[in-house]
Amino acid sequence: MKTENQKAWFFVLPVLILVAFNALIPMMTVVNYSVQETFGNNQFFWEGLTWFEQILRSERFHAALGRQFLFTGLILAIEVPLGIAIALSMPRSGPWVPVCLVLMALPMLIPWNVVGAMWNIFALPDIGLLGYFVNHTLGIDYDMTQNPLAAWVTIITMDVWHWTSLVVLLSYAGLVSIPDAYYQAAKIDGASNWSVFRYIQLPKMKNVLTIAILLRFMDSFNIYTEPFVLTGGGPGNSTTLLSIDLVKIALGQFDLGPAAAMSLIYFAITLFVSWLFYTLMTKDDLN
Amino acid sequence: MKLRFIVPLVYILFLMLPIYWLVAMSFKTTNEILAGFSLFPQTFTLDAYKTIFTDPTWYWGYINSIIYVSLNTVISVAVALPAAYAFSRYRFLGDKQLFFWLLTNRMAPAAVFALPFFQLYSAVGIFDTHLAVALAHCLFNIPLAVWILEGFMGGVPKELDETAYVDGYSFPRFFVSIFIPTIKAGVGVAAFFCFMFSWVELLLAKTLTAVEAKPIAATMTKTASSAGYELGLLAAAGTLTIIPGAIVIYFVRNYIAKGFAMGRV
Repeated sequence: MKTENQKAWFFVLPVLILVAFNALIPMMTVVNYSVQETFGNNQFFWEGLTWFEQILRSERFHAALGRQFLFTGLILAIEVPLGIAIALSMPRSGPWVPVCLVLMALPMLIPWNVVGAMWNIFALPDIGLLGYFVNHTLGIDYDMTQNPLAAWVTIITMDVWHWTSLVVLLSYAGLVSIPDAYYQAAKIDGASNWSVFRYIQLPKMKNVLTIAILLRFMDSFNIYTEPFVLTGGGPGNSTTLLSIDLVKIALGQFDLGPAAAMSLIYFAITLFVSWLFYTLMTKDDLN
Repeated sequence: MKLRFIVPLVYILFLMLPIYWLVAMSFKTTNEILAGFSLFPQTFTLDAYKTIFTDPTWYWGYINSIIYVSLNTVISVAVALPAAYAFSRYRFLGDKQLFFWLLTNRMAPAAVFALPFFQLYSAVGIFDTHLAVALAHCLFNIPLAVWILEGFMGGVPKELDETAYVDGYSFPRFFVSIFIPTIKAGVGVAAFFCFMFSWVELLLAKTLTAVEAKPIAATMTKTASSAGYELGLLAAAGTLTIIPGAIVIYFVRNYIAKGFAMGRV
């Protein structure tokens, strides 16, 4: 059991100072911008909640938010089951395990702009491996710079390529922690593969899966660099996800007030959904 | 039963294809890349790599990146260790709230913070230093390191601490010479994730640097816009960014799976 000890605060203090320095001061700057209007020259005018109202009513924001939820929903629906399936079919031990793990983790270690750039070139219709194969071998018309559907397929494929391994690594870690005795007991009871999965493997993977899903949700909801480099948000606005739109407003048009208000709304949505996930997935532990 | 080995095999093939394409392209001349489709380099050339290893703006990009990433990994793990110990061993006022607040910092989109970060670090006077990027990356790496380490420490029985005190160990000596070695797998995993997220992040690194500490990723974007589109050179630079990560993951390969399973993360 944990003991009550207020001096533990001293252990947490360095973390608190460093994170607070990085989180609170910039956050206050954003809050400050979000209630003011500026015309440059460092002159600011009080605007109250105008920007928040404007953003919440804006069609543009609704569209970007919708695209963001579609993107995050799709990649979670693909990456989580796929990651579990791959982890289940991996050998539990042997010389191939480290090789598999190293190769699988490789995409996660490539800088995000390189990921975007390499997929951009990979998917170019005439000179990229993927683009050439789809267009000339399969004979399907595919050009992500012209066709919104092709752009979406490319972005989703890129993210699946980039991050499914995270789900694989975490689920695999949960799987190898199951003692052999569990499987032997299941064998004696004559349990089917499905019941082994449903009643032994899945419950044992629950903790690591919670982390995997939360991390994937947070990171995909905040994704910026990869789709920006890959499609630039186009064609048109079809792949302009929330943070791409935000940067367009903040740095492209230099509308600091609306951009700041949008940031805060964005952050609140991420926070709320993460909290919802977290509570739903850890609900059983409390009972 | 043997058939199920096909699943990871196909998956790994799928992962390797774009990487193969990048590496193959780095050995082609830009003319060959633009001229049309070729599965293997026809005019095999090492020019792109020569440029990178002889031009200081290129190789300094790598050195800068490695400096701030290492600095960040050391800072993150060093401050996260005692904090994770406190979270795993003690109850104190506001501990749960603090833990959740730490996690929320991973949820803030970096795009939101780019401009305020620039202003903050300029005001403090460390803009365009390795320290600035290393400190900024603490925002998302410290919470993750605390989270991972807390899981590992929870798996270590409290009897270990008590036995050490009975044997007359002071807390710092116990922590450094007994406790940290016990959870070294966890330290490895935490360091790996810090390295990884700091290495791949670009937006903040680019915002906080100009010349002196410019990361490799920023050198690449600059080349892409200024010198036309030198695809061969960019592909070579991209290929080289994979190597440090590959080395790091090779060292922690055994901890990754075993480590996570041991902790209750």
